[in-house]
Amino acid sequence: MLSRIAESLFWIGRYIERADDTARILDVQTQLLLEDAAVDEAQTCRDLLSCMGIEPVDAAEAGVDMFGAVTIEQVLRLLAYDPQSPSSIAAIIGSARESARGARETLTVPLWEAINTTWRPIPSGHFEALRPPYIFSWVRERAALINGTADATMTRDEGWQFIMLGRNIERADMTSRLVATTALSSGAGQWTSALRASGAYDAFLRTYRGIETDRAAAEFLLLDRLFPRSVVFALDRAEQALVNLTGDPRRAGFQDEAQRLVGRMRAELEYRSLSDLVEDLPDEMERLQRTCAAATDAISRRYFAGSEALAWKGVGA
Amino acid sequence: MSTMFEGYGTGGPAYDEMFDGAELRPPYLRMRDSLDKMSTPELISRVEALQASYLDQGITFDIGGEERAMPLDILPRVIEMDTWTTIERGLQQRVQALEMLLADVYDAGHVFEDGVLPRQVITTSSHFHRQAATIRPANGVRVHVSGIDLIRDNNGEFRVLEDNVRVPSGVSYVMTSRRAISSALPETIAQHRIRPVAGYPQKLLAALRAAAPAGVADPTVVVLTPGVYNGAYFEHTLLARTMGVELVEGRDLVCRRGEVMMRTTKGLAPVHVIYRRVDDEFLDPVHFLADSMLGCPGLIDAARAGNVTIANAVGNGVADDKLVYTYMPDVIRYYLNEEPVIRNVDTWRCGEPDHLAEVMDRLDELVLKPVDGSGGKGIVIGPRASREELDELRVKVIEDPRSWIAQPVVQLSTVPTFVDGELGPRHVDLRPFAVNDGNRVWVLPGGLTRVALGKGELIVNSSRGGGTKDTWVLAGPTAPEQQQQQQQQSRNVVPVEGVE
Repeated sequence: MLSRIAESLFWIGRYIERADDTARILDVQTQLLLEDAAVDEAQTCRDLLSCMGIEPVDAAEAGVDMFGAVTIEQVLRLLAYDPQSPSSIAAIIGSARESARGARETLTVPLWEAINTTWRPIPSGHFEALRPPYIFSWVRERAALINGTADATMTRDEGWQFIMLGRNIERADMTSRLVATTALSSGAGQWTSALRASGAYDAFLRTYRGIETDRAAAEFLLLDRLFPRSVVFALDRAEQALVNLTGDPRRAGFQDEAQRLVGRMRAELEYRSLSDLVEDLPDEMERLQRTCAAATDAISRRYFAGSEALAWKGVGA
Repeated sequence: MSTMFEGYGTGGPAYDEMFDGAELRPPYLRMRDSLDKMSTPELISRVEALQASYLDQGITFDIGGEERAMPLDILPRVIEMDTWTTIERGLQQRVQALEMLLADVYDAGHVFEDGVLPRQVITTSSHFHRQAATIRPANGVRVHVSGIDLIRDNNGEFRVLEDNVRVPSGVSYVMTSRRAISSALPETIAQHRIRPVAGYPQKLLAALRAAAPAGVADPTVVVLTPGVYNGAYFEHTLLARTMGVELVEGRDLVCRRGEVMMRTTKGLAPVHVIYRRVDDEFLDPVHFLADSMLGCPGLIDAARAGNVTIANAVGNGVADDKLVYTYMPDVIRYYLNEEPVIRNVDTWRCGEPDHLAEVMDRLDELVLKPVDGSGGKGIVIGPRASREELDELRVKVIEDPRSWIAQPVVQLSTVPTFVDGELGPRHVDLRPFAVNDGNRVWVLPGGLTRVALGKGELIVNSSRGGGTKDTWVLAGPTAPEQQQQQQQQSRNVVPVEGVE
């Protein structure tokens, strides 16, 4: 498979997952603000923006002062509606569609159409007209449609592995951001909302027999081996995709840098005591996010580097 | 009795393909009958569904970086079987002659010595590339794909308007419009027996594989695109996907020791045939534009070494030159010893003094075309031009007469077209696609009908606001492609489970 196409597929996987997860996180946070009058709106919004990786400089450029009184409307603009803001759902869907357009001949027709019809409301203005919380469920449904179409129509070849790899690295990263924002919020019942955002609330109640504690909720979102949106589950799937891609069963150790990074991170999460982990959740989550970025670098070097353009230095022309 | 076509005014000197005055022409009989049962609001709702489906599928083209849905008119154009047989024969003849011409001008040059075509006409053409001289393609084919433009004159006779043997585009719209129209007008399509167009990618792939360098048993074919921002990018993806080959950009390729490779996740992989959709000038910075990022350095040398086949061949543009076009009837007689099956449009060569004098006299009643233009660029229609435009044109032509030809204002034929809620005659041309695999020139039954959507407008290019029409070639009782589906056997039935 062409390196350039592999890169596009990896990023389609990431962008679709990112749009989905961003919608989930925003859904929780807007609900919290509405339901709990005690929550400090400006503080919650500031935390939310920094958890989502927005630098104060970039926010300032978009006219939002991250040290001042940030409003939920501003957050929604930066993270959902404004196609000029690179972290917005509108921009993310645009990037997914741009990647898909560049790899269009390798996508199945239904998959391309699922992505293209998800994007069309953005330039046409229909996306902007959708309000919360409906917009969040719309994004989740579109992501489910795209993922389901990919699942039902793609052959399980290299291309599929790259989509899976992208999706799972992104999911580990975004679930860690969901956990971090939840840990920072001051309201009661924020963990319940985080579980709901992941579609995991009922499963969580069944698993823990109805005993709700913050600690148990964190454990479920971070470490559960059977729940598909948990960090450990996502890292495990990413590892699996990397194994399928390298296809070299070694007797000892791992030669692939990305495999080492992802595997070590998963082991650290799983083998540390929960108390240690919960004690300093935001820092732990930040470390996880940095690992995901380093793994992406390693994947790019190994699989996508060939796609970099070479300029021909004309002689005397 | 007619409702849908009531008030359809043809008039004017142009040949209308559906109506001869008030009389319906026979090929359109079934279409009229089935459409007459439909109300205008019903037709409008189908037009809307048609447009939405094109946007959903991303069937678009780019103008200046903006993606637009290709406008597809809901009413198909119908061509009778006999008419088509003549077109097919004429195109096969023309492609053969063009192949022989290209092989000759880039090699021995007999055509010059025998006085059929002045050598200077070729060497002064801006698309004549010495880089291509004496490169001999593996199976002798240079024109793997051609899209020769035809028009229908005031008597209804098909004529060749221009040759197009570089990188003709538009075939994707032929395939997608057939699918779209069959869902938009299922009743109408069921009333006709139409020759299918879906087989094109397989024919093209077979021709490309046949063109592979000698000794390569299982060649790797790729489609080379300039990238996502190219106007025809949709077409490149469709062709690559339906042929099951990689769509590469210049940056995906690398030349090593005279061989072409592509960069894959598992390292470099060899490439044998490149169906390129990049113009000659951008193909190889070593030989052409040194700052081109769209091609790959070393391609021409690899082709010359016989390690890769570039399709269509480099240098074909010389045959598209509109001055060379004027010599084509003689060229056909010279190589094939036959009369041209499809005639040219009458043309004056401004480079010849007596022609030039006549053109200057009649500038306000002729169409002036630059010889190397495409996409309708630079064309001046005399009767529609202002005095200033004509004066400006006069200066340009006198300065550089070699670069201009003149033709009478041909009334392109008209076909009923649905614009702004009503039917009216609109001018059309036809670009049939022919694929040469070295043994046979196969012509896709149908081709791209381009329609000028403005009333009375004569320029049909999509870059100038033109649309397309599905083109139906009627199948006689012996259409080879349709016979296969007829046999049906009775089978044993295994009931599905879980049904009471």
